[in-house]
Amino acid sequence: MSVPRTWRLRQQRYRLVGEVCDRCGVPIFPPRDVCPECEAPAKTPFTFSGRGEVYSYSTVYHPPVGFKQDAPYTVALVRLEEGPLVTAQLTDVEADQVEVGMPVEMVTRRLQAEGEEGVISYGYKFRPLLRR
Amino acid sequence: MRDVAIIGIGQTKVGEHWEKGLRHLALEALQAAMVDAGVDRVDTLYVGNMLSGELTGQEHLGALVADFAGMRGVEAVKVEAACGSGAAALRLGYIAVAGGMADVVLVVGVEKMTDATGPQNTAALAMAADADYEAAQGLSFVAINGLLMRRYMYEYGYRKEDFAPFTVNAHANAMNNPYAMFRVRVTPGSYTRARMIADPINLMDSSPIGDGAAAVILVPADWARRFPQPPVRIAGSAVGTDAVALHDRRDPLVMEGAALSAYRAYQQAGVGPEEIDLFELHDAFSIMAALSLEAAGFARRGEGVRLALEGKIGIQGRVPVATMGGLKARGHPVGATGVYQVVEVVQQLRGEAGANQVPDARIGMAQNIGGSGATVITHILERME
Repeated sequence: MSVPRTWRLRQQRYRLVGEVCDRCGVPIFPPRDVCPECEAPAKTPFTFSGRGEVYSYSTVYHPPVGFKQDAPYTVALVRLEEGPLVTAQLTDVEADQVEVGMPVEMVTRRLQAEGEEGVISYGYKFRPLLRR
Repeated sequence: MRDVAIIGIGQTKVGEHWEKGLRHLALEALQAAMVDAGVDRVDTLYVGNMLSGELTGQEHLGALVADFAGMRGVEAVKVEAACGSGAAALRLGYIAVAGGMADVVLVVGVEKMTDATGPQNTAALAMAADADYEAAQGLSFVAINGLLMRRYMYEYGYRKEDFAPFTVNAHANAMNNPYAMFRVRVTPGSYTRARMIADPINLMDSSPIGDGAAAVILVPADWARRFPQPPVRIAGSAVGTDAVALHDRRDPLVMEGAALSAYRAYQQAGVGPEEIDLFELHDAFSIMAALSLEAAGFARRGEGVRLALEGKIGIQGRVPVATMGGLKARGHPVGATGVYQVVEVVQQLRGEAGANQVPDARIGMAQNIGGSGATVITHILERME
């Protein structure tokens, strides 16, 4: 993952910053600058809580180049409590403990590392919601 | 607008062609199509391809293939729409002939995949997804389909083994297709025991990648009788789109792009799903087959798998699918697949499908899907009486 790209996406990767539509109020993630519901401009930043539940999940046994060191790992579509779906890896959980509807929360973790001395890309993953 | 007919078809066997490069594969298919059509020159060449740059370091395929085929000087461009590249190239060829910009158009879909390793192919195929928000999270393309299949099973209460009929049917049909990659029978038992790729998708839900090329020749339908083969008319041609990322869809289990594409094609052709004699659908994964049947109106929401379980997708069934093996068993040379599907529909409509012939096939449909449903291209073909 290129450094400029990771930098450009830092607000999304580290803080889950999306947008909210100025006209219809729908929260949007990932940000897309045009509201998917009413097509009005939507450039007002909106920070998501990071809490949601698993909508679907899959465990990857044959990863793409660059993700071998983590395989097998479980990925999910997470329904954020504000509404949008987000695609992310699950972490701190065994694959056979995951189920649809499981409450999860966002954490910042390593997404990819370019070898021993290369750049490390960080971003959001989701773990089972901790009881506090 | 002019009516357009397909007067020639050609294809290579799908598989591991160690001795042939991309240009050789394209040449083999397009020469076969030109011989079949009885033409020795074309006005325009469209090359459907997704991954030549990523997997072989070669872009610029329009001019490359034109030159290699001895057509230097002809108008030629590459067309890319992920796994829908082949049908996207056909769509542009159709527009060129229908609009009167060209009279004889050659469309070739080609993909050379075995020059790269498995993980390289896995990463390359993930380029069909959203690079910033899907692939960057480590999702393979299989995993994206795994998310769909898991949710489908959860919402509608299906078991894993309920998807077996799609694979069993595709492999049974490939037994009689000399161009198919896997001419081996699969049983429900061997389906269930296959190794997991991205849970719940196992090897037997997944279409194999391979090398291959397929080609068709288009002319105005008014001209079609001058050529040796029984002509087939393109009665409907349509593209529908949807969000590239699953998470941006209104409902991931409803392929809105596929529905738009199918219904636009139905409208143009003046037919509905009940008139379609066979459906070459995009069974890249068994879940895609189920969702396609629903989007195109052959089954209600959540009932695509039931259609297969009830035995309605076989050659003698209500809606025969994957009649020459489909993506699952004929193979999925990604950017070529959409053209293979159309070649196979033409074989059926000409009555040249041998043991897999759908009885009295008059109208056939091919639907090629880019990504997990973001670009969907449907063609309805009709035998010219």
